[in-house]
Amino acid sequence: MILAPLIVLVPFAAALAGLAVGRNRLAAGRVAVIGTGLAMALAVAAAVVVWVGGPSVDEWGTIPTGWIPISVATRADGLGVTIAIMVTVVAFAVQVYSTAYMHDEPRYGSFAALISLFTAAMLLVVLADDLVVLLIGWEVMGMCSALLIGHHWERPEARSAAVKAFVVTRLGDVGMLAGIIVLADLTGSFRISALESSAVTSVTLTVGLVLVLCGVVGKSAQVPLHVWLPDAMAGPTPVSALIHAATMVAAGVFLVARLNAVYALSPVALAVLAVVASVTMVFTALAALAQDDYKRVLAWSTSSQLAYMLGALAVGGYSAGLFHLLSHAAFKALLFLGAGAIAHAVGTTMLSGMGGLRRRMPLTYTVSTLGFAALVGLPPLAGFFSKDSVLSAAEDAAVHGGPTPGWAAWLVLLAGLVTVLLTAAYAARAWLLAFRGPPHWGTAETGVARSHPALVPHDPPPAMRTPLVILAVPTVLLGVLAFVPSVVSGMLDPGDATAAEAGGISIHLGTAALSLVLVGVGAFAAFAEWAQLGRRDPAAALGSFRPLLADGLGVDRLYDSLVVRPLVGLSRLVVAGDRDVVHAYVRGAGRAARALGALPHAAQVGRVQRYVTAVLAFVVVLALAGAGAALW
Amino acid sequence: MRLAFPLVVSALLFSLGVFGVLVRRNAVLVLMSVELMLNAANLNLVAFDAWWSDALHSGQVLTLFVITIAAAEVGLGLAIVLLVFRNRGTSDLDDLGLLDESAEQEALPDDWLDMDGAGRVAPGREAAS
Repeated sequence: MILAPLIVLVPFAAALAGLAVGRNRLAAGRVAVIGTGLAMALAVAAAVVVWVGGPSVDEWGTIPTGWIPISVATRADGLGVTIAIMVTVVAFAVQVYSTAYMHDEPRYGSFAALISLFTAAMLLVVLADDLVVLLIGWEVMGMCSALLIGHHWERPEARSAAVKAFVVTRLGDVGMLAGIIVLADLTGSFRISALESSAVTSVTLTVGLVLVLCGVVGKSAQVPLHVWLPDAMAGPTPVSALIHAATMVAAGVFLVARLNAVYALSPVALAVLAVVASVTMVFTALAALAQDDYKRVLAWSTSSQLAYMLGALAVGGYSAGLFHLLSHAAFKALLFLGAGAIAHAVGTTMLSGMGGLRRRMPLTYTVSTLGFAALVGLPPLAGFFSKDSVLSAAEDAAVHGGPTPGWAAWLVLLAGLVTVLLTAAYAARAWLLAFRGPPHWGTAETGVARSHPALVPHDPPPAMRTPLVILAVPTVLLGVLAFVPSVVSGMLDPGDATAAEAGGISIHLGTAALSLVLVGVGAFAAFAEWAQLGRRDPAAALGSFRPLLADGLGVDRLYDSLVVRPLVGLSRLVVAGDRDVVHAYVRGAGRAARALGALPHAAQVGRVQRYVTAVLAFVVVLALAGAGAALW
Repeated sequence: MRLAFPLVVSALLFSLGVFGVLVRRNAVLVLMSVELMLNAANLNLVAFDAWWSDALHSGQVLTLFVITIAAAEVGLGLAIVLLVFRNRGTSDLDDLGLLDESAEQEALPDDWLDMDGAGRVAPGREAAS
């Protein structure tokens, strides 16, 4: 199907064209919006073709490597086109939003072009049928994310966040590259379809899949490589929305879903994934409880929600995990764009500079409330259905057995339920601090005078408002898919034999009721503490744990002392070795030449008569020697 | 005539010239001493030419060459001395010591190996010892 490569090439061309016209803000914006919109239309068209006519795998050429050739192959199946629609819709919303949000930004042109490239790379990951082609998209995405996080490179924290995101995800990618090579060596092909059809359970397969998981853990910000995501908040808010909802972090989940049939062959790899997901879920939700920055709350929450998806995939809940990916893309993009609207209005992303925005920004308030409600899982919003389908899948696997060991499924279920409670608490806290209570914006620390009429917070301009409304629609309505599980599994059909086993989505009344109770408890705890403290930050109840949680349980400091400092010390040693050992020889050669040169130098006294005397003396010596030799 | 007479005279002339070149401080007088040495050589050439009874008289011919070249050389030398005198107000050889590098040797800085053309030390090398 020719549509598949076109979906990738259109935003790529838009990125190139955007760079070419980058200095013209209007043209750059048009190219970016039209390119992404066109990709969206193509993705929808491809989806219709695939849903009606079945998946198609095409090979457009091969690249000989001397080992296993790389196939430039695309795979348009239910999974690919569904995620492609998700990516392009969110990217389109972000591009439209950016035209207004980045209005006063001098580097808007390159920003929009990079977002187009980012989108193209993600679409390449989604539609590739070759692990190396997929890796190319994966790495281009890593580069784009680093560049976009470091968009405000004048600020040191943006620079270091960009480097951190790049290095940390690259660390995972090393494992992933090794994993791809192991898998290719096993099956004799880089093709995913070949891998699916020929893989059998073996230790080598498990090793390869666990290595690929390293890349997933890095990209999807799971423990222990989650550290880059909160810092990535230094990037502009539309970038955060894009990274957190549709691209980058979603790529990790997507890769596991893409290789779902292969992972099902390796219970060990699935158990590893389940443990990582369970730990990440609870850990990052705890960290989200104590953040002082609205965007950082959302960032930690993203890690936690991605862990839900990976947990679902680990227990065999293929459709459930992807359903949560779709609904999370909608509500998290909505929340981030809402955060951008707030930052636009009050000039800060700190929770301490917000409060009481409910009446000032009614639209932002409404859509963000919907987003938070979907995040904690309140019915009838999409988040409720998708999260509870994940929990139900975990329960199924725990009770009835699944591809993963029973204890791992229990672990995912337990961690999922604890996270429901924590999610309700941190979401309620962020919502209360931002929109309710007494206003704190316009105080001295934000630098905006509250009395200034022009600077009173207000809802954003239409170009920013429209994406919010557009994204609110799936946030509310995507849940209806839960009532037609066969449509979901048909929609996400990867087009292979194992899809039937992967099953659809189901929601169990037991887990749904339990999670609703937990949501109530968590939200009520935050609300009660807030009311009791006189409508102030309920995180105060955390007491002495608060700084530790706000710091992400000190993982950054741990890495600093375990990795960063030894590495810096080692590089100092290398520099010293170069300077004081290798360079010493170069220096020594120079010094020796100078010392030798000083000897004849001493004779150069600048008196012509001394030179003549020397010549004469030499002649006399020669003459005497000659005479002596002749006589003797 | 005995060969020894002109040779002794020539040797005396040459020694006189060497002495003049080595000890006179005035550049003009040094030039004149050089002329004495040249003419001592000329005297030798003529003397040996006569002594050998050379049919081609190559000694005398060479002498004419030397005289011509000496005239040109003196012209050039005097012009240089004149210019030096005009520029520096002296033609004293003891004061013309520009080529002297032994006394004030231009000391290279210690990190000269790390310098670029403009004498700046490359970044990151400042601590070089």
